[in-house]
Amino acid sequence: MSVFAYGTGLWLVLVGVFGVVRSRNLIHTVVCVAVAQSGTYVVLLAVGYQRGAVAPIFSSSSPPGTPVVDPVVQAMTLTDIVVSATVTALLLALVIQVAKRHGTIVPDELHALRG
Amino acid sequence: MTRTARFVVFGIGTAVLVLLLGSAVFHLPAFGGTSHPYRDSTVTAALQRRAPNVVTSINFDQRGLDTFGEEAILLASVLGAITLLRPGKDETQRQRVPNAGRMLQGTRLAGYVLLPISLILGADVVVHGHLTPGGGFQGGVVLATGLHLSYVAGSYPALRRLRPLRWYEYGEAIGMGGVVALGVAGVLAGAGFLANVLPTGTFGQLVSAGTVPLFSIAIGIEVASGVVVLLAGFLEQDLAIAAKRGSR
Repeated sequence: MSVFAYGTGLWLVLVGVFGVVRSRNLIHTVVCVAVAQSGTYVVLLAVGYQRGAVAPIFSSSSPPGTPVVDPVVQAMTLTDIVVSATVTALLLALVIQVAKRHGTIVPDELHALRG
Repeated sequence: MTRTARFVVFGIGTAVLVLLLGSAVFHLPAFGGTSHPYRDSTVTAALQRRAPNVVTSINFDQRGLDTFGEEAILLASVLGAITLLRPGKDETQRQRVPNAGRMLQGTRLAGYVLLPISLILGADVVVHGHLTPGGGFQGGVVLATGLHLSYVAGSYPALRRLRPLRWYEYGEAIGMGGVVALGVAGVLAGAGFLANVLPTGTFGQLVSAGTVPLFSIAIGIEVASGVVVLLAGFLEQDLAIAAKRGSR
């Protein structure tokens, strides 16, 4: 049973890459890259999960000593999300430039690099 | 490369990857288990420094250098995107942008009512990052998107007035400079770059956990400004930048 969580992450990465491969629209490609990246969030969070544990934030309802899930992978996931957002922004800006220079956003119609 | 060739390459690659990762998955620690050595040591360290939110303590204290690098990535990508989105030689940037078409009054009202609420909420999430869920990254995004409610409420000119871009460019510099200053302060105190040198105070108080709230606020300023500048680049591209007549 426990392999399902890791399997979901792997499946998301693969389905994202598959989307990139069969893409006919550069915006679709960028979204597929984001999907592939989200697979890594699932894997990271699955690694840190513990049954019955709460979020790694202590308060009066969960005093220090309460079992918590792994905060290290959560911090990494946060980094991951920030990087994913910046990559998406940069790629979308590139798509706008491609659309302006080449007049198309179909990857197969972009034959050669032009200055 | 033709489409078929691309699918063949993808198929072979995927088959090998699934085989390798598939066999690796069965050797991972079982899902939901109780053995988390990194958890144990980071929770101990966070409690020593009086930070109830362990994730924030990791980001802004224990792995401060990584967050510094992450912030630099954010800054670099905003810079790159803005460079790509600036008006080209054969384009003009309009100073006046027409208002959007008809808006539902309800949408407009909701936008303007929620605007101040979401700004306060964003500031709250940034400042209390070491106590409750949140921190500089999350709060910064809430702040920036809150500001854009004025655009959702139908008025791009109003958003433009709320958003003198130059200030947000300064904001990015201040956020980055603030983190560098914190790092240098750690070095001058003899504890190392971005070390937590301030007294850690009482557990659960607003002013506690040493440099964590300051780091969080600096990141909040940086993220909010970065997202505003980035979205401004895309919105201007769509609404204000047009090809010069006859050039295309």
